[in-house]
Amino acid sequence: MKSILFLSGKGGTGKTSLAGAFAFLATEKVLVDCDVDAANLHLLLDPEVVTEGEFEGSKEAVKDPERCTSCGKCRQVCRFLAIDEDFVIDPYLCEGCGACAYVCPVDAITLSPRESGHWVTATTRLGPLASAELYPGEETSGKLVMLVKQKAGELGKRVKAERLIIDGAPGIGCPVIASASGTNAVILVTEPSLSGLHDLKRILGVVQHFRIPAYLVINKADLSEEMSRKIEAFAATQDLRVLGRIPYDRTVTTQMVAGKSAVEDTESPAGAAMRRIFECFTEAFNDRR
Amino acid sequence: MQITVASGKGGTGKTTVAVNLALSLLGLKPVQFLDCDVEEPNAHIFLKPRIERTRSVEKLLPEVDGALCDQCGACADACEFNAIAVIGTKVLVYDELCHGCGLCRMVCPTEAIHEIPHELGVIESGTVREFPFSQGRLNVGEAMATPIIHELKKEVISDSVVVVDAPPGTGCPTIAALHGADLALLVTEPTPFGLHDLNAAVGVARTLEVPTAVILNRAGIGDNRVEDYCQQEGIPIVMKVPFDREIASLYSAGIPLVDAVPSWKERFGVLYRKAQSFSQNAGSSVASDLASDEQKRRRQAATLQEGSKRRDP
Repeated sequence: MKSILFLSGKGGTGKTSLAGAFAFLATEKVLVDCDVDAANLHLLLDPEVVTEGEFEGSKEAVKDPERCTSCGKCRQVCRFLAIDEDFVIDPYLCEGCGACAYVCPVDAITLSPRESGHWVTATTRLGPLASAELYPGEETSGKLVMLVKQKAGELGKRVKAERLIIDGAPGIGCPVIASASGTNAVILVTEPSLSGLHDLKRILGVVQHFRIPAYLVINKADLSEEMSRKIEAFAATQDLRVLGRIPYDRTVTTQMVAGKSAVEDTESPAGAAMRRIFECFTEAFNDRR
Repeated sequence: MQITVASGKGGTGKTTVAVNLALSLLGLKPVQFLDCDVEEPNAHIFLKPRIERTRSVEKLLPEVDGALCDQCGACADACEFNAIAVIGTKVLVYDELCHGCGLCRMVCPTEAIHEIPHELGVIESGTVREFPFSQGRLNVGEAMATPIIHELKKEVISDSVVVVDAPPGTGCPTIAALHGADLALLVTEPTPFGLHDLNAAVGVARTLEVPTAVILNRAGIGDNRVEDYCQQEGIPIVMKVPFDREIASLYSAGIPLVDAVPSWKERFGVLYRKAQSFSQNAGSSVASDLASDEQKRRRQAATLQEGSKRRDP
């Protein structure tokens, strides 16, 4: 089973739209949404939930005000500024390390597990899906990503899938690094702007750091021919294979509104480009193996 | 006044709004700009700041002195992040999992653990057209963005209009950027993805009790469900930016909208005035609702649970 991950650095470049196209075109796959902050892939898939569960990602320090003597030891050791001058613990700043509970001389603080998110596996019109969402303001997104990947792996074994198609998160931090570990290929989706190129350089740095084979797609390429060329020139210096360009095309949005991928509209120019990109990737990836 | 420009979904136009809002106040208000999207800071592309100071943001990683360690395993038992493990006669530290809390050092009975600083990223500060600018930058390969954002927030100059460009999402980096804001401007687009992620971002702003308004970018490309949602939830849409190839090409070239098209300066000025009056009204009603901090926190916890049940699978 090989896993293919979509990343972008910059948000909103079209990761999910392209992942949705691959979901439609690929066979024997399991679909995975690792963008646990803003999971959107299911919106193209019409899912029916099969299994689901709560995710207890982290703990939080809870104080018993009856016992607290306001000695202030907890505040001295907390490195996350989560305990204020009245010794009230801010649940959004608390990282659940337990240092405060350890130093509390009267055992007024305990660590209690918190429900940080929710995972599901589902059947969808385009194949099985594993997805998860982090609850607002929770932190352990990396752990939740690992859990979704584990659920997807189990699902893949059961249905004897050949590929995991994984939609990743924007950025270069915790959830991105968790989604990239153990992945066989990364498809980077960028857009022709200075921001797109700036962010591409950083995400490519992460992918190279983990030595994962990477491919590039330029979305909405015709919005700036000049920047598209600059990005291609940059890719050439990095030995980063450009799978293709996708033109700006309103049918991507109209299809999304209908809960479908652009490739399902045979008239869509963007859809046609995504098909070519899928074929180009499949060929390149098979050659590599 | 701190205005945080945020969004659930990435690429909706946070940086465009934040940059143009700040520039539209030039000469009218003392402005400060903080780019808290430390994973992918982009505002500098448009603002071209003169960076005058750079400082490192570090976390403390444990280092074990083999001569003192008797492999008792107290550190591994105490660590909530599985960042330290005793394997045979060795103690391994997993740098990327470590939060740098220092508990392992505290619990070690033989005092075999000391801590060494490890750079997560940097804070760069300087000026843009005479107003102060700071941005955080997470080092490539590092996972933890939040400590950099907390450090960056220490740069806030009170009595200024502080415009904060937040990272996308709803997790801890977004919370860190929204913490202490007087107003959250949530930027979204009129698509199913935009709506889904706006709903999540509204959940975050509500749990933090930050007054919220929406900016609809690329208005006209999708459907009306974002507008229906805002009406239902009683969230004002304070600005609409149409999809326009000229705006896209200015963005592509890193040129702020208000510099190229002066009428936008006026529109962002109006946005500021709306934001100001809205946050003041919302702020006073929130304050009168809540008798004490404790009550506030209980309500936050309840909202969080309610919010989580409402989410679709």
